[in-house]
Amino acid sequence: MFEDLRDLYQEVIFDHNRNPRNFRVMENANRRVDGFNPLCGDKLTLFLKIDDHVISDASFQGSGCAISTASVSLMTEIVKGKTEAEADTLFKQFHEMTTGKTEDINLEAIGKLAVLAGVREYPARVKCATLAWHTLDAALKNQQEAVSTEE
Amino acid sequence: MTTFPIEQIRADFPILGEKIRNKPLVYLDNAASCQKPQAVIDSIVHTYSHEYANIHRGVHTLSVKATDKFEGAREKVRAFINAASTKEIIFVRGATEAINLVAQSYGKSKLKAGDEIVISAMEHHANIVPWQMLCQQIGTVLKVAPMNQKGELLFDEFEKLLNGNTKLVAITHMSNALGSINPVEKIIAVAHAKNIPVLLDGAQAIPHMAVDVQALDCDFYVFSGHKLYGPSGTGVLYGKQALLEAMPPYQGGGDMIRSVTFDKTDYAGLPQKFEAGTPAIAEIIGLGAAIDYVSVVGMDNIAAYEAELLAYATEQALQIKGLNIIGQAAEKGGILSFTLEHIHPHDIGTMLDSLGIAIRAGHHCAMPVMDFYGVPATARASFAMYNTRQEIDVLMQGIKSLIEVFG
Repeated sequence: MFEDLRDLYQEVIFDHNRNPRNFRVMENANRRVDGFNPLCGDKLTLFLKIDDHVISDASFQGSGCAISTASVSLMTEIVKGKTEAEADTLFKQFHEMTTGKTEDINLEAIGKLAVLAGVREYPARVKCATLAWHTLDAALKNQQEAVSTEE
Repeated sequence: MTTFPIEQIRADFPILGEKIRNKPLVYLDNAASCQKPQAVIDSIVHTYSHEYANIHRGVHTLSVKATDKFEGAREKVRAFINAASTKEIIFVRGATEAINLVAQSYGKSKLKAGDEIVISAMEHHANIVPWQMLCQQIGTVLKVAPMNQKGELLFDEFEKLLNGNTKLVAITHMSNALGSINPVEKIIAVAHAKNIPVLLDGAQAIPHMAVDVQALDCDFYVFSGHKLYGPSGTGVLYGKQALLEAMPPYQGGGDMIRSVTFDKTDYAGLPQKFEAGTPAIAEIIGLGAAIDYVSVVGMDNIAAYEAELLAYATEQALQIKGLNIIGQAAEKGGILSFTLEHIHPHDIGTMLDSLGIAIRAGHHCAMPVMDFYGVPATARASFAMYNTRQEIDVLMQGIKSLIEVFG
């Protein structure tokens, strides 16, 4: 019935929405940033533990739509073990993929995150996917204030 | 119901023939904005093709024609809400601007620090923020009358808030997020017993029921044209003449003056005093056409038809496991706000859109209502006179299917 939406709602997204990974408060986090999408009420708190420029742990709490939940869940998986510089590169690649400025995205480099490429066709939903990553960007820059999609 | 000319009405709205994502459009976002009948579209085309010029100033033929049509629309609005005089009908951009006008003109000139303004827990941001701005400017105090879990105003609690400091009640006639219809007659009666004027936010109520401002005896009534099947950029502030006479202008400029020198300006009389600058001429004439259209169908017929639609939709919705209706007031207009367990409203909105169904997902400019129910957002299907039971069946089938997909 929802054939048109297969690119947007891939099974991986349903899976992460049903069973979000790294969904927990991290007591020993040394970065903690809130992200908020005032248009739809998505809220998340991202926790990172960064040791010697390496993200040794990542987790989150919050509530949102399937796209935003899957996006942040996938993100916490993929950035674990990455250096800050590598995570920043992923942020830029993800942003490029979802906002679709160019056609030639290196889907291989971005790995699993490619399941979210479909949001490009749904302008109303792009921010659902990018909220997690903008929150990560703020955490990498060690910003304290909450991130909003509408500023 | 049997006599309601639904087929004819649907045929009068060209957009209802559109396909969305290759499916017939099922438009259920009417609380945000209604679609326009051909008569309104034709009116705008006619004005710009044959009768357009600026109003009120020209001696030339077109200006006179446009002015006649524009003032004719004012008379249509007057008759539609049964105001005593066209002097009481102020054209603005929408209900939001009308409330801002009252806050900044009436509020700023008549209220002082410590005075209280009473609103309700179910207000749209448009009936919250202008009062908060006034409170910041002059030190008035905003009081909020609570509601129960069904989304009904707690009338006794409301009444208790009215005291010697209360200088204005500003309350919605019908809630956009919940559909609740407030007992406005009772509200006005108890407020007037204490000499407190009442502003009704009629943005949602106006397309769904007959409104008689003299029978209600409200002091201000505001609504938007675009929710009444008219063009966007049109709105109406009704105010009792004596109140409007005593209020200072809201904006200065052309059209609202009698004479201007560099020393002094004499303001025009009502209603021009509040209509600075060139208004949305063709659109307001189009609003007149919209009023003609709904008047032919009949507001009571529309109300009865939509009540049946809502009853049917509610009955169907209650059979869906995991669906929670947000807002179950006994007195309710055609709005079905709901949440689904474990499925975010934005996902509901995108999924239904892929089936051609337009609903709204979000906070509906009523964040305090969302906070009250402890939800970030709801999905909202809102009905208009052109919707059908078949469309509600399509909606319900869509909801059932997406619940399955999300598993």
